[in-house]
Amino acid sequence: MSVEAHEIIPMPQPDPHGRQESIPEAAKRKLSSPWATGLVILITVLWTIPTFGLLVTSLRPSEQAQNTGWWTIITDPTLTLDNYSQVISGGSVIPNGIAPYFFNSFAIAIPAAIFPLVIACMAAYAIAWIPFRGSTFVFFTIFALQVIPLQMSLLPLLTMFNKGWSLGPIPIFPDLNKPGTEQSIFIGTYVPLWIAHTMFALPLAIFLLHNFINQLPRELFEAARVDGASHFLIFRKLVLPLTVPAIASFAIFQFLWVWNDLLVALTFAGGTPDVAPITAYLANIKGSYGAQIHLITAGAFVAIVVPLIVFFSLQRFFVRGLLAGSVKG
Amino acid sequence: MEEVTSGLAKIGTGLAAVAIFIALLLIVFFIGARARGKLQHPAAMIVFLGPAIVLLAYGLIAPAFLTTAGSFKDATGQNWVGLANFGWIFTTPSNREVLLNTALWIIIAPLVSTALGLTLALLLDRMRRESISKSLIFMPMAISFVGAGIIWGLVYEYRDPAGAQIGLLSQIAQWIGMEDPPNWLLWQPFNNFFLMVIMIWIQVGFAMVVLSAAIKAIPGDVVEAAELDGATGWKLFSRVTIPMIRGTLIVVLTTIIIAVLKVFDIVRVMTNGNFGTQVVANEMYAQSFVQFDVGRGSALAVVLFVAVIPLIAYNVIQLRKERTIR
Repeated sequence: MSVEAHEIIPMPQPDPHGRQESIPEAAKRKLSSPWATGLVILITVLWTIPTFGLLVTSLRPSEQAQNTGWWTIITDPTLTLDNYSQVISGGSVIPNGIAPYFFNSFAIAIPAAIFPLVIACMAAYAIAWIPFRGSTFVFFTIFALQVIPLQMSLLPLLTMFNKGWSLGPIPIFPDLNKPGTEQSIFIGTYVPLWIAHTMFALPLAIFLLHNFINQLPRELFEAARVDGASHFLIFRKLVLPLTVPAIASFAIFQFLWVWNDLLVALTFAGGTPDVAPITAYLANIKGSYGAQIHLITAGAFVAIVVPLIVFFSLQRFFVRGLLAGSVKG
Repeated sequence: MEEVTSGLAKIGTGLAAVAIFIALLLIVFFIGARARGKLQHPAAMIVFLGPAIVLLAYGLIAPAFLTTAGSFKDATGQNWVGLANFGWIFTTPSNREVLLNTALWIIIAPLVSTALGLTLALLLDRMRRESISKSLIFMPMAISFVGAGIIWGLVYEYRDPAGAQIGLLSQIAQWIGMEDPPNWLLWQPFNNFFLMVIMIWIQVGFAMVVLSAAIKAIPGDVVEAAELDGATGWKLFSRVTIPMIRGTLIVVLTTIIIAVLKVFDIVRVMTNGNFGTQVVANEMYAQSFVQFDVGRGSALAVVLFVAVIPLIAYNVIQLRKERTIR
């Protein structure tokens, strides 16, 4: 998923008197259009067929999958789960299975969704409710940081993790090597991936959560402050519970985004089964075993099934997050 | 079985990281809450805003400066070369093609996605049961570009026209009488459009959902008033609907443009930039991590950066306007 993030979406304000008949209702009365319905169904079918073809191909025996189109299942309905067992644990054609990468994706995506959320929540609270000079400036600067594309950060961050940074003699980020070697302790771990994803997610996360936290009722905070509650207590007992809807929306986005990411994964994880996620594996087998259509489609389906489950089960939150501030990339 | 145990261990690592993170936070909160009197305010500031500022400084701000500096250096990042890398980007014929392709992408893909999304949003509003169609058209948003690349690779798959076809597009071409369908992904310059179709396939759902919500939010009496004045059909659409959702339309367009500018995965998985399909973002990756030319890679990243500036700047200005109205 790679829509770029930003901006709250300006929506026309609904009628305050509850008369909410909109264009659709008005149009429905006058234009109950079979043409519209037909056209939408046609586009829906067009939009769904490619994914359906992938699923069917992944279930066909290698012989059929490689020599006939998937639509011929109508005349030749042989289906098998063989491709899946081969691609999951590795087989004679592709020796390495997808399984380790599948688990890597979870190990990367769960922390990489939670870290930026918590840090962004805290920052959003500080900007909205801890009075300090320049809070507006900080807010706009963070929002504007979305101007920096991921691509600008890749090379410097990679250097930072591998060799450290220093400004002349002053170390800004230490060069951490494994004892007795020249190899950085970060190589072969998830840590650079977690940190990189957290960094890249922050501008959008802070922006979205600030929009939400900023609109919590002022009296709430004033009352709590009068009672002598510290910011830490207010944050834990008031802000976090009240922000759950916004947190859920953003968590889903970030999880899907990290799960589907390839660029950050290729840069910071390489292609090893130790840490690389499922997207890196897929891109790799697509390049090396392109002719093994039955296995590649099975692998692709394994990779997309998790986002599809998340998407269909949590679509309401997903849409809400989208409308609250568009998606990210 | 061994896979499952080692897999669970990996997920365990992830969960342990989360647990450690939360524990650290609780400790910091505990210490922060001890602060009294004059220390209270600065303690809260440091704990709440500090982590975000540090991460942004290390992850985005410092790299932006380093990459900009790197774009004026040679392949190894040791010697200054002035504008040589930018000269290379804007004058070599192969790069002109890259820039042209990227320009085509940012013009065509966002416009088609938004137009189709708007059409669907309008059509869906006239349907009684819209939810299933909406979900299915929206679904590609959840699929990675790599997955989408494999899905569409199957559609574009080439086989000898004399034999059985595997690719749906070739088969359809044959059904409608095109005897010798080309190898779509090698067919220059049209292969660029076949790659854009994948992007459009993903983005239409986004445009549709957002625009559909905007149309639904148009107050009914505005529409009624327009209808009393005799506006129907096209007039109603162009004079009432479009102006009412103008802001949303622009957000959708700019969002997709930025996504398209950074398109990398699709091109990498489908053609790896060969056959005249290279774009700036994938060329940036190739220069940095395949050719190991840090200077050129950085310069290409700077080009992306400069291209995004006006879009974000516009959004910042809009946001400031909204804030002052509120």
